[in-house]
Amino acid sequence: MKSLQELKEIKEAKQDQVNIRFNPDEAEAAEKTYILVCGGTGCTSNHSGELIDKLTQLIEDAGKNDDVTIIQTGCQGLCAKGPILVVHPGNVFYQEVNIDMVERIFNEHIIGGTPIEEYLMVEEVTEGEFIPYVESAFYKDQLRLALRNCGRINPEDIDEYIAREGYEGLAKALKEMTPDEVIQTVLDSGLRGRGGAGFPTGKKWMFAAGNRGEVTKYVACNADEGDPGAFMDRSILEGDPHSVIEAMAIAGYAIGANQGYIYVRAEYPIAVDRLKIALKQAREYGVLGKDIFGSGFDFDIDLRLGAGAFVCGEETALMTSIEGNRGEPHARPPFPAVKGLFDAPTVLNNVETYANVPQIILKGADWFSRYGTETSKGTKVFALGGKVNNTGLVEVPMGTTLRQVIEKIGGGVPNGKQFKAAQTGGPSGGCIPAESYDVPIDYESLKEIGSMMGSGGMIVLDEDNCMVDIAKFYLGFTCSESCGKCTPCRIGTKRMLEILEKITDGRGELEDLDRLEDLAKYIQANALCGLGQTAPNPILSTMEHFRDEYVAHIVDKKCPAGVCKALLNYIIDPEKCKGCTKCARNCPAGAITGTVKQPHVIDQTKCIKCGACKENCAFSAISRK
Amino acid sequence: MKVSNVPFKGTKEQEAKLLEVIAQYKDQKGALMPIMQEAQEIYGYLPYQVQKIISDQTGIPIEKIYGVATFYAQFSMSPKGKYVVSVCLGTACYVKGSGNVLEEVEKVLGISDGECTPDGKFSIETCRCVGACGLAPVMIVGGDVYGKMTPDMVAGILAKYE
Repeated sequence: MKSLQELKEIKEAKQDQVNIRFNPDEAEAAEKTYILVCGGTGCTSNHSGELIDKLTQLIEDAGKNDDVTIIQTGCQGLCAKGPILVVHPGNVFYQEVNIDMVERIFNEHIIGGTPIEEYLMVEEVTEGEFIPYVESAFYKDQLRLALRNCGRINPEDIDEYIAREGYEGLAKALKEMTPDEVIQTVLDSGLRGRGGAGFPTGKKWMFAAGNRGEVTKYVACNADEGDPGAFMDRSILEGDPHSVIEAMAIAGYAIGANQGYIYVRAEYPIAVDRLKIALKQAREYGVLGKDIFGSGFDFDIDLRLGAGAFVCGEETALMTSIEGNRGEPHARPPFPAVKGLFDAPTVLNNVETYANVPQIILKGADWFSRYGTETSKGTKVFALGGKVNNTGLVEVPMGTTLRQVIEKIGGGVPNGKQFKAAQTGGPSGGCIPAESYDVPIDYESLKEIGSMMGSGGMIVLDEDNCMVDIAKFYLGFTCSESCGKCTPCRIGTKRMLEILEKITDGRGELEDLDRLEDLAKYIQANALCGLGQTAPNPILSTMEHFRDEYVAHIVDKKCPAGVCKALLNYIIDPEKCKGCTKCARNCPAGAITGTVKQPHVIDQTKCIKCGACKENCAFSAISRK
Repeated sequence: MKVSNVPFKGTKEQEAKLLEVIAQYKDQKGALMPIMQEAQEIYGYLPYQVQKIISDQTGIPIEKIYGVATFYAQFSMSPKGKYVVSVCLGTACYVKGSGNVLEEVEKVLGISDGECTPDGKFSIETCRCVGACGLAPVMIVGGDVYGKMTPDMVAGILAKYE
C-alpha cells in the first residue's frame, strides 16, 4: 500500500519520461529514446507484437538497453494505417510498419538519428520540413479528454498513469470533498451518459446516493460494447484502464458503495487482460481495497465477462447477467438507482463516461463544461469505420459537424466515391443523409434527424451501399439478438425483417411500406426495453431519407446501388463483346449462348446471378444493373 | 442451438479441473456464468454431462444452467473444430463485403455457418464485431486475425492450416 506522499514520489520519478510524449518541446531535452508501439486490437491484429520482439532483439544486439526503451501503448487512433510506431524525441510517426522496415528504422533513425522520410505520414513532409503528426489533419482537430492517455502511456504500468495525475482525482475526492460535493461537481460539469441515451451522470449518482451507509450499494461499469462497428470502450480499457478504475472508486465514494463490477465483453481479450493487470496493480498500491488513502473508505472491483448477448448492453439485462441469469431485461421503474444489482441501489455508467470523471473532479466542473454545446458538454469518441479513408478512433468536442469528422479527420470517402450517409447509434440508431452533413453533432441534434448518439459507432456509407440492405442488416441483427421476453420485439422484428426480405427479393408491394411504418411505431411504443423500442430506428430513418430507394426496389424492381442480388441483371454489351466464349464456358447455369466471335447473350430466366461471367470477362463487356 | 451427437469424451483430469473451478467460485454472488465460461475453456464446449456436474456441485437446477447455456452466443453445446474460422459480420465489415467472404469460406470448406467439417479440423462461426474495424473485413482462423479480406484470399489462408 502506498501513501499519498509515495504516489507523489512515483509521479516525480516517472514524470520526465512520460511528459515528453505529450510535450514535444520538452522532448528535445530527453536523453533517452522512447519507441511507442501501438498495442491496440487493430495494430495487434496487424502483428505489432512481432515488431516489439524484433526491436527488443535489435536493441539487445546493439547493446542499447540503457538508451532506448520500448513502450507498448493502447490505441493511437489511426487504425487504418497500423501498425503504428512513434519515436520520441522528435515525435516521429511511422505508419504501416512491417518487420523489414523495423531494421531500417532502428539503424538509420534510432542509431543514426535521421528519420526515414518515405515511411512517414505523407503530410509530415512539407517542403522538406517535418510537421509533428499531432498537426496532421487526422489529429489536429481532435480534442482528447477521454482518450487523453490512450496511445501515449503504457497501460500495464500504473506508475505511468500516476505520472499523468492518476488517482489524484480520487485523492482529492476522499481528502477534500464530501460525497455530495463530488456529485454536485459531476452534475455541474454537464457530463451525460456516453453509452446511449445521454442521461445526466450526476443525476444518476444523486438518485443512488440516498440512505448512504445504511444499505449495500453497487457501482457497475458497462463495458459490453455490443454495437457492431463500435470500439471506443474497448480502446479506453486497452489504453487507459486505470482511468475507469479510479472513476468507479470516486462513484463508490459519492453514492456510498464499497463494491464495483465491470461487465466486459469476452470478445475483447486484450482489454480483459489489461483490466486484470490494472486491478492487481491498483490493489497493490492500495488505491483499491481497505481504507483508501487513510480515509476509512473501502472499495474493490470484480470483473465479469459477458458471453455474447447484445441485449446485455441494456442496463437491466446487464445486471441480470452479472447475477448469473439469462440476460433478460425487466421493466423500469424500479430504476437501477433504486433497485439494481442483487436488488441493491446501483449506479451503472459506461466506460467512456467513467473515463471523463477523474479529470472533472481534479480540474473542476467549469473546466469540463467549457467544451461542447449548450446541452451536450465535453467531447465524444467515435469509432469511424466503413467507407472512409482514415478508419479509426476519433475524439472531438460535442458540436463538431459530420463533415468535419468524415471529410477532414476521416480523410473523406475512398476511391472517389460519393458520400451517401453515416450510420450512428448502431442497431438503435439511424442513417444521417448528406443533407445533414453540416449539423453540429450532439445528443439533441442527432435525435432530431432520426438517429441517436448511441455509444459512438459511426459507419460511413457510399453510393455502393443499398439503404434497404442496410436496414435489413440491422433488423437481421436485432431479430437474432432479441432476447425473446416481450412479444413486440420477438415477433415484431421478425415480421419487419420478413417484409424487408420480400422487398429486396423483388416481391415487395407499396403497401409494405405502410405495414413497416405501422409495425415500427407499434414496436417503439410497446417493447419492454430500450433495445426493442429503438429496433425500428434503422428502418424509419432510411425510409424517411431514402424512400426513393425503397420505391425503386418495389416498383421498378431495381436496386439502384447494385447490392440486392435478386434484383440484379447481368448484361453483355454487344459492342464490347468479342465472342471469346469464356463467359459461356464459365457459366454454371448454362444461361449464356452465342457463337464464336459473335456477341453473346445471357438468358435472364436461367441466370442465377453468381457473377462468374463478369469475373471471367477479359473485355469488361459484362455489367451488373 | 445445435446439440451435438458426438459422444462425450471428457477425461478425469478435465473433471478434476472443473471441480476445482467450481470450488473457487461457489460462494461468490452470481457465480454461474464464470463457472460455465471456465468449464467451456476446459472442455471446449458445454455438453449435457458438463452441465450436470455443475448442477450437482452448485445445487443450481440443470434447467437453469441449460437456459443460460442456450441464451448466450458464447456457449456452445456442440464441439468445435481444431481451427475455428470466424468471419466478422459487424457493420464495418459487412458494408465492406464480409458477407461474400463468409460465402467463400462455406464454399471452400463445404460446410455452413455453425457446422464442423467431418474430420473435425475446421468449424465456421460468425461474430458481430471483434473491434478491429480499421481492418475490415476481418476473418479469424484459430486465433490469427486476417484483415482487409477478399474472397480470393480465403482458400490460400485456409490451406496454411494443416
